[in-house]
This record gives sequence, C-alpha cells and structure tokens, in this order.
Amino acid sequence: MNAELKRRSTKSFAVLLLFIIIFIGTWTWLKRQPGVDETPKPFRQVLELNGAIWQALFNPTRLVHSPPPPEKKIPRVNGTLGLSENINPENWRLEVTGDDEDDNSPHLSLTLRDLQALPRTDSNTQLRCVEGWSENMSFAGVKFSDFVQAYKLKTMPYVGLETEDGNYYVSVDIESMMHPQTLLAYEMNGAPLLPRNGAPLRLVIPTKYGIKNLKQISRIFLSATRPPDFWAERGYDWFAGL
Amino acid sequence: MKIVEKHALWLRLVHWFNVPLTLLMIWSGVLIYWANGVYPGFFPKAFYRTLDLQQKLAEGMAMHSLIAWLLIVNGIIYLCLLAASGHWREIFPNRKTPAQVVPTLLADLGLIEMPNTGDKFNAMQRLAYTGAIGLGVVAVLSGFAIYKPVQLEWLTDCFAGYEGARLTHFICMLGLSGFIAVHLVQVVRAGWNNFRAMVAGFEVEDER
Ligand code: HEM
Repeated sequence: MNAELKRRSTKSFAVLLLFIIIFIGTWTWLKRQPGVDETPKPFRQVLELNGAIWQALFNPTRLVHSPPPPEKKIPRVNGTLGLSENINPENWRLEVTGDDEDDNSPHLSLTLRDLQALPRTDSNTQLRCVEGWSENMSFAGVKFSDFVQAYKLKTMPYVGLETEDGNYYVSVDIESMMHPQTLLAYEMNGAPLLPRNGAPLRLVIPTKYGIKNLKQISRIFLSATRPPDFWAERGYDWFAGL
Repeated sequence: MKIVEKHALWLRLVHWFNVPLTLLMIWSGVLIYWANGVYPGFFPKAFYRTLDLQQKLAEGMAMHSLIAWLLIVNGIIYLCLLAASGHWREIFPNRKTPAQVVPTLLADLGLIEMPNTGDKFNAMQRLAYTGAIGLGVVAVLSGFAIYKPVQLEWLTDCFAGYEGARLTHFICMLGLSGFIAVHLVQVVRAGWNNFRAMVAGFEVEDER
C-alpha cells in the first residue's frame, strides 16, 4: 500500500520534472534559433504560415466598413521615416516599373497631374496602427486598380513601393493592392496632403495595418518575387492584413 | 489509508500544458499592450521597467500568435474530453450550486465548516473553473476579432467593434489573472494531498 503510493508518486513527479525540463528546453531552443528578419526562425515560420492562411481566405471584393468622417483635421503623425519636408509636388515624379524581370515592360514617369486626371475616388477609412491605436481619416485619390487599368499594367503577384530616399519601403500582395478600397491618395480630410501626411502621394490600404500605408511614394514596381519590406525586416508579420 | 483516484490522466496533461502556455500568453500580451497602453492605471512604468517589457511589440506579436495556436488546440482537446468523459458534470454549476455559494464562501474564509456534498468540486470551484473556461473562450474570440477586424468583421461586430473587442480581450486577461491568483492561493491552502492529485492522479484518504 505504502510502496504503491511511493512508486506512483515518484513516477508522476519525475514525469512532471521531465515535462518542466522539456518545456523550458524547447522554449529556450526556440528563442535561440537563428533569426530571419529579426525573428527566431520558428516564430518567423509561424508568422508566414498565419499570413498564408489569411491571404488564402482574403476576399478581394468584400468592402471594409466605412467609419464616419474624421473629427480632427490634422491626424496623428506617428513617425518621419522616409519623409522629407521639402518635397516639391511640381518636380516630383512617380516612377512605375511593370514586370521587373521583363526588359520590355513599361517604365512610366508620372506627374501628380497625370494621377489627378484619372478617375477620382473619395473614401472614409479607419487607419489602424499595429501599435493598437486607430484614427478615422478621409482621403481622395485614384484606386490602385483604376491606375493599373488606365496604364494597362500587367499585374504581378507582388507590388513594391518606396519613398524618394529609399529609407522606407513596403511590399504588398497584389490581391490586397487591387482591392477596390486601395487608393493612391493625394488629398486628406478635404485638403491636399501635407508633407508629413505623405504629400504628394501616399498609399491608403484599409485591409492592412498602418505600417503598409506608405507615405511620399516615389517608386512603384510590380514583381514576381516578394520585394523587401521595412517592418517585416524588423520582426513584424509581412502580410500584416486586418 | 486508502488510495482514491481523483484526476484522469488526460485532465492532468491538458492542465499542465495549459499552465506555462497561459502564462506566456499573458506575458506576450503585455508586450503588445505596452505599445498603446490606453487603459488608465495599467500598467505603472516601473512594472514595465522591472520586468523589461518595453520596446518589444514585434516580439510580443510573434510569441502571441504562435502560442495562441497551441492554446487553442489544447483548449479544444479539453472541451472535447470534458464533453466525452462526462467530467463536465463535475465542473459546471448544477441545481445545488446556487444554494451552496454562500456556505462555501464562508467556509473558504474559514468562518464555518465546509459543507460536505460528496461532489468532486464545491460550488465556488465550479463557478471559478467554469468562469475560467468561459474567459478562455471569450479571450480567443475577442483575440480573433482584434487580429482580423476586416476579414472577420462579423466577429468584431459581436464585441461592439474594434475598441470593444480590445477592451473585452483585456478584461479576459485581467479575469484570468485574477483566477490564477486565487487558484494558486487555494491550491496552497488545500495542501499537498490535493496538489499531488493534480500530478499523480490519486488522493490518499484516511480509512474511517
Ligand atoms: C502553477 C500553477 C497552477 C497550479 C499549481 C494548479 C493546480 C491545480 C490543482 C491542484 C487543481 C485541482 C483542484 C482540485 O482538485 O481541487 C487544479 C485544477 C484546475 N486548474 Fe489549475 N493550477 C495552476 C494553474 C492554472 C492555470 C494557469 C489555469 C487556467 C488559466 C488553471 C485552471 C484550472 C482548472 C480549469 C482546473 C479544474 C480542472 C478540471 O477538473 O477540469 N490552473 N489546478
């Protein structure tokens, strides 16, 4: 009776100890794995897996619920990465490269007026930051899908976007870019964009976190492979879909 | 002295998987919350500083979204086995529970003798365990509502929107933390025999 008790007890606590050691060992091992874009590889693989699941479930025609128009005129500026205060809309050009692997693909150099000549779309959007805050904003610009159609660009699986200085760059899957609420915006809250809000042209993509809504876009390229993405290189989930 | 079986093996396994995962989930959740700490009083600066919880949003999100899957799988296994084994009868409140709440509470506070109902868990345990399970389920649902407010908009709407889902998720975390604190105190108070049962499965009873 007592021997039975002792045997079962010892065995169970030995198993518990083993369980604790294995758990701590596994966790330590996971955290020590070589990093891929500042994230230990197994964590990165799970981020990528999650991204793939939500990308597969993405409905390209379902609209994001529009919030009421914003109360504040000047929205929160959360950083100045890649931004320049003295960008001149007159000299500014948007460089667009079609298929980056095809030498015959179009290369466009567009002015702000070229973009303003395309069909205009107004939208109220909630910008949601990965940090956890969100703000209602209203924008006007051209739908990316209208832009692609107007210039007869051949769509590729990825779109890369960059600021003039190349310090801030994002990449987005084509389905999210072609979503009817994805805009290349030149107006915000009823007035032309200010430099710190992304003048002359910024991305507005309500199906993604704010980190993908690149300001002061200077270059856009369509690509068969995933272009670099600033925040994904710094430990964040690349898909960053909402 | 007599050996009495108390907790099934599956129950002990699920419970002990759940413990470290829940703690890591709360930990990584605080790393995320730090980036936009909007609820008044949570948390003092010293708390973040002492535990080194600052500037770790990306790390927190990567941890949170990995452990979430493990907890969901563990939780589904628990709920399925709870249903299949009939163990839910011991966990969920039953007809006798309401009448026993007050006497059980008084007994927990040491004021009266614990009423003997012959059940595995008393009224307060039933409420606490059922509450913890409920908080876990709501935490998962509100978590998805925050994670995909566009793709799962219907779910986010169930929590009165994005901000409502964030608040619900935070309250679930507070509730679970409160449960864990009380649970640990009660486990210590209940003593070795009770704790050993959660590890080894059996309790030792004096023969009368
Ligand atoms: C080191 C931490 C923990 C210890 C030592 C511990 C210990 C125990 C013990 C001894 C029991 C059995 C109670 C009895 O038979 O009267 C129990 C049951 C239970 N514990 Fe814990 N626990 C811990 C953490 C947790 C956590 C983090 C959760 C969930 C968030 C949790 C949820 C539960 C539940 C739901 C039960 C009832 C299980 C059932 O019968 O289905 N515990 N725990």
